[in-house]
Amino acid sequence: MANIAAGKGAFRALETIFKDQVYNVSYGIYRSISVSSLYLSSFRNDPFNPNESRFDKILVANRGEIACRVIRTAKEMGIKTVAVYSIADNNARHVRMADEAVCIGPAATKDSYLNIDHIMLAVTKTGSQAVHPGYGFLSENAVFVEKLEAAGISFIGPSVEAINGMGDKLESKRLAQAAGVNTIPGFDGIVNDADHCVQIAREISYPVMIKASAGGGGKGMRIARNDDDARDGFRLASQEAASSFGDDRILVEKFIDKPRHIEIQVLGDKHGNAVYLNERECSIQRRNQKVIEEAPSVFLNEGTRKAMGEQAVSLCKRLGYYSAGTVEFLVDSEQKFYFLEMNTRLQVEHPVTEYITGVDLVHQMIRIAKGHPLLLTQKDIPIKGWAIESRVYSEDPYKNFGLPSIGRLYKYIEPLHVPNVRCDSGIDEGSEISIYYDPMICKLVCYGNTRNDAINTSLEALDSYVIRGVTHNIPLLRDILTETNFIEGNISTNYLSEVYPDGFKGRQLNSTDKQHILAIAACVFSKMDMRSYTFLNERPSTAKRKEPAEWTLVISLFDEELQCDVKKVGNKFHVHMKTDTLSVEDHINLSSPLIQTNINGKPIVMQLVSKDASGKLQIVYQGTTFTIFVLSDKASKFLKMMPEKPTVDVSKVVLSPMPGMVKSVSCEVGDTMAEGQEVCIIEAMKMQNSLVAGASGKVKAVHVKAGDTVGEDDVLIEFE
Amino acid sequence: MRSKMALYCLRGAVRSNYIRRNYGVCGVQLFNLYSTAAHTLRVNQQIKEKRKRALLGGGESRIDAQHKKGKLTARERIHLLCDPGSFVEYDMLVEHTCSDFGMEKQKYPGDSVITGHGLINGRIAYMFSQDFTVFGGSLSSIHAKKICKVMDQAMLVGAPVIGLNDSGGARIQEGVESLAGYADIFLRNVLSSGVIPQISLIMGPCAGGAVYSPAMTDFTFMVEDTSYLFITGPDVVKSVTNENVTQEELGGAKTHTTTSGVAHKAFHNDVDALLQLRNFLGFLPLSNKDPAPIRICDDPWDRDVPTLDTIIPQETTEAYDMLEVVVNVVDERDFFEIMPNYAKNIIIGFGRMNGRTVGIVGNQPKCAAGCLDINSSVKGARFVRFCDAFNIPIITFVDVPGFLPGTGQEHNGIIRHGAKLLYAFAEATVPKITVITRKGYGGAYDVMSSKHLRGDVNYAWPTAEVAVMGAKGATSILFKGKPDVSKYEAEYVEKFGNPFPAAVRGFVDDIIEPRTTRWRICQDLDLLSTKNLTNPRKKHGNIPL
Repeated sequence: MANIAAGKGAFRALETIFKDQVYNVSYGIYRSISVSSLYLSSFRNDPFNPNESRFDKILVANRGEIACRVIRTAKEMGIKTVAVYSIADNNARHVRMADEAVCIGPAATKDSYLNIDHIMLAVTKTGSQAVHPGYGFLSENAVFVEKLEAAGISFIGPSVEAINGMGDKLESKRLAQAAGVNTIPGFDGIVNDADHCVQIAREISYPVMIKASAGGGGKGMRIARNDDDARDGFRLASQEAASSFGDDRILVEKFIDKPRHIEIQVLGDKHGNAVYLNERECSIQRRNQKVIEEAPSVFLNEGTRKAMGEQAVSLCKRLGYYSAGTVEFLVDSEQKFYFLEMNTRLQVEHPVTEYITGVDLVHQMIRIAKGHPLLLTQKDIPIKGWAIESRVYSEDPYKNFGLPSIGRLYKYIEPLHVPNVRCDSGIDEGSEISIYYDPMICKLVCYGNTRNDAINTSLEALDSYVIRGVTHNIPLLRDILTETNFIEGNISTNYLSEVYPDGFKGRQLNSTDKQHILAIAACVFSKMDMRSYTFLNERPSTAKRKEPAEWTLVISLFDEELQCDVKKVGNKFHVHMKTDTLSVEDHINLSSPLIQTNINGKPIVMQLVSKDASGKLQIVYQGTTFTIFVLSDKASKFLKMMPEKPTVDVSKVVLSPMPGMVKSVSCEVGDTMAEGQEVCIIEAMKMQNSLVAGASGKVKAVHVKAGDTVGEDDVLIEFE
Repeated sequence: MRSKMALYCLRGAVRSNYIRRNYGVCGVQLFNLYSTAAHTLRVNQQIKEKRKRALLGGGESRIDAQHKKGKLTARERIHLLCDPGSFVEYDMLVEHTCSDFGMEKQKYPGDSVITGHGLINGRIAYMFSQDFTVFGGSLSSIHAKKICKVMDQAMLVGAPVIGLNDSGGARIQEGVESLAGYADIFLRNVLSSGVIPQISLIMGPCAGGAVYSPAMTDFTFMVEDTSYLFITGPDVVKSVTNENVTQEELGGAKTHTTTSGVAHKAFHNDVDALLQLRNFLGFLPLSNKDPAPIRICDDPWDRDVPTLDTIIPQETTEAYDMLEVVVNVVDERDFFEIMPNYAKNIIIGFGRMNGRTVGIVGNQPKCAAGCLDINSSVKGARFVRFCDAFNIPIITFVDVPGFLPGTGQEHNGIIRHGAKLLYAFAEATVPKITVITRKGYGGAYDVMSSKHLRGDVNYAWPTAEVAVMGAKGATSILFKGKPDVSKYEAEYVEKFGNPFPAAVRGFVDDIIEPRTTRWRICQDLDLLSTKNLTNPRKKHGNIPL
């Protein structure tokens, strides 16, 4: 409670000084469709009765982009909004967007956004009539919903029963089966012998997975596609199981080939109506976290879509489900689909559905919570165009497809100048991505009439998306969107590991790309050189001197070196490399993060991240940052005579791969550790990362203890 | 091959001095040897040969040895430092005068230093580059005279002097002549101080008396792994104090940039050092008669910087990086930090605001809470005096909890060293703009370019708190022995933990939103460009050295 007071005090202090900056004016009337259409730029298909009653004030029990998302719709509806925030978030966008804001505790989520008591207090103190939970945090917490209901506050979400029923794996599968939803077929008992195995396999239908009851790690697992496979598989699997686990019991289950993750969005009201809003395909995942989502799916035919939708609706009706929900399915290569689970909340990737159906899901959720009936019927729900959502994360995609990165966004420009782009984000320039919360920067949602249009829009948007201060995953997103399998729609949940078996290595450049990057680097260098001669208040004798207009440069990218002659002619740079001469228009502004100019008359977009007097430039091209060294030919010649600096032997130290908190340390000074043995665990953004010894040796020093906060590349443990 | 390169390097420079008329010298004498025309030809030939020898310095084998050490030759360094073809050499043909120890038989045109002037990004600078390939770069009387000549000329026209030091020390064969030479240079260093910028780049050994010339220049830079500065080398140290120490530990770049504070910055290698030096000179005026340079600026001066709003943490005890504040205020995040690894509790360096060079001083809460101690005071004071001498406006970012307490500090004289920074800020007449980002406690508040020391514009951010001391300290003195100290502490925080006490007294001109800091400072600097303030006439003040 003391925290509430203290944090609020800090907030109030700010408020007194910059009242108009901190608070936005609130909306008075239920805005017309035209306002909303700014938001859903394609079209709007979101029926409501303008005279229907509505909440006066709602509290959004969340942070970041989803809190902003909910507040935006609430504002359009003329509903006053209350934000809650932790001390770390006091300056956050959702706080500034809301009409009121209440501090609910310190940065750690368990003390703030997950603290039911503090949020209940905020609800009652502000007189909010309803609470929207967003996703994550308390969105599927039945205890919270019960408390709200007991206090007479509406929960903008489903009933306690629905949350409980779908929250339990076994129970939800049972309920789904009862509603006639396909579940993953399998034999719950133990298989007796090979014939029994064949019989079960036929019942389930091929292909099937034969696996050891005690199994794990792929041992004792066999895929069978026909009777012979099943017989052999049973024999081999039980032998392996016996030798590996000392237990030869075998299970049989449907094998899902090249599984795709496709989910159905549903909406239900408190009057027994339910509709499905088509599917979203979310197969591009890493470590069970979605990276790129799209709607519709490139894979489903109309029949499958309808079947899946109807099953989802049937499940809703069975549950008496109201509000927005998502039924997740695995779909195999033959369009057979199997129920995975149902999420009883608004999903992160809901915007793609909003784009293709025209329905504002948050709007409908709020209406439904107020008790209004759905005015949408199934036939009103179209699939119009194509939407792709790319999740832009603050993380390093070169490490395991994404390890968290933290920092302050000292420059941040969303590509909203590109048409058909929606950026759902909760941050601004200057925001800090901290270890406390999810590292998502933005959901970049791009729309087009066709999938190709949506992809092209995404590419254009990603290329001009300026993010400085943290490492982000745009290189990976950008690369996936141009990868052949993705373009052909040939994707599955194994996509990343199949397409990038050795991990993501950055954009692979062809010779034209390379030439363009080098040309731009040469022009940036020349431009800097010219500027270093132009002083406005020099002595007359000096001021007369002309800046240079010709350069002979040596540029290196990766380990390649190239000579390059640059000449400034009028408003153009003529860049001569090997046998080619490129003409680059001088639209380069050294302090602008974006470089938008023409090379040989063709437009290009790059980003200038950094530049220094030693000739090091960092340029972003198609999402990936390239480090380029540009030197005059004489400096380059002399540099070759300079000795190489010795590099630090990393096998003798364990460095923190990312910023985070030390969860535990499993060695002490003097311990002898084997190569690959765990030395400590770093926790960052809900992820635990086990760090191991790079080589066998004796521990010389341990620089951290459990609970310490560490930065990227901090030395944690040293070996002798 | 390499000597050819050295020759090639200077081609442009030689051309300007070279007598171009071609008499068809081809080895066959068609004339009477004693005719005047033949004499002219012979002299021309001799000049050519002398120049060729001068360009070769100590000869090819020594040039190779220099390269093997990872060092460029004296001429290559000048070649890289100056704009192409702009170097004009003096005294290429002088020779040493020593006739003892067989020295008369070993003469090199130009002796062991190259001197002259050249352009750096179109602006004039005088320079000398000691040539280690000739007698180990040792300082003969003629070597000293060459240096003095360029220093004198630099003073006459008002242009910086750059020294590229690479010398084994005194020319022992010359005895006291060499000592006199050092003293001649020292005297000029002192007389030039505050008139023209003097910069030393240590690119090899610099030992004994020689070290005092760089010590008196405005900035001393070093090259990692190949440069050393010490009064006496490891051998003498061993014989006198029995300490075992390597050259690197005793006086390498790391030692001087982190421990001793003798050097202002270190660079990776010769090439990096020279490129960075070119860049650095762009921040400096040519002399104390020139204004702080204004370079063309591409970064809009009038933009808000939202990032500044979020840097100061909510918890007043939590540290943050003042460097973040600095780079977000200056043009294009381009900040040339001076002494980045020494006395890290204060940040100093150069940046530009709307193209105009400014000197930046800031307390660094990340290190020792940003307190002032002996080293940080001395570091800050010398920088402030440089800026004041050369018309460079000073921007000060204040977050200072006070002076560092303790016997270590008191016994080593924090009082007189802290006074240096106070003196420097008070004495400075250049435009002074101050931004209090958070704490301004105690005497340290006064010191940090406060209104009371003639600060021209003083701003406070909303997080600022100006007070005699922190709440805990203050209440424990005021209410010693009273039971309810924590209540008074809260009262103290309520009263003084904000910018109002300073604002109501006019000690700060305004409380500003952090995001507006950049454009406000740019605007103020424009206004203050005509600031006219002089201190009372005096021979010189008596700074507490």
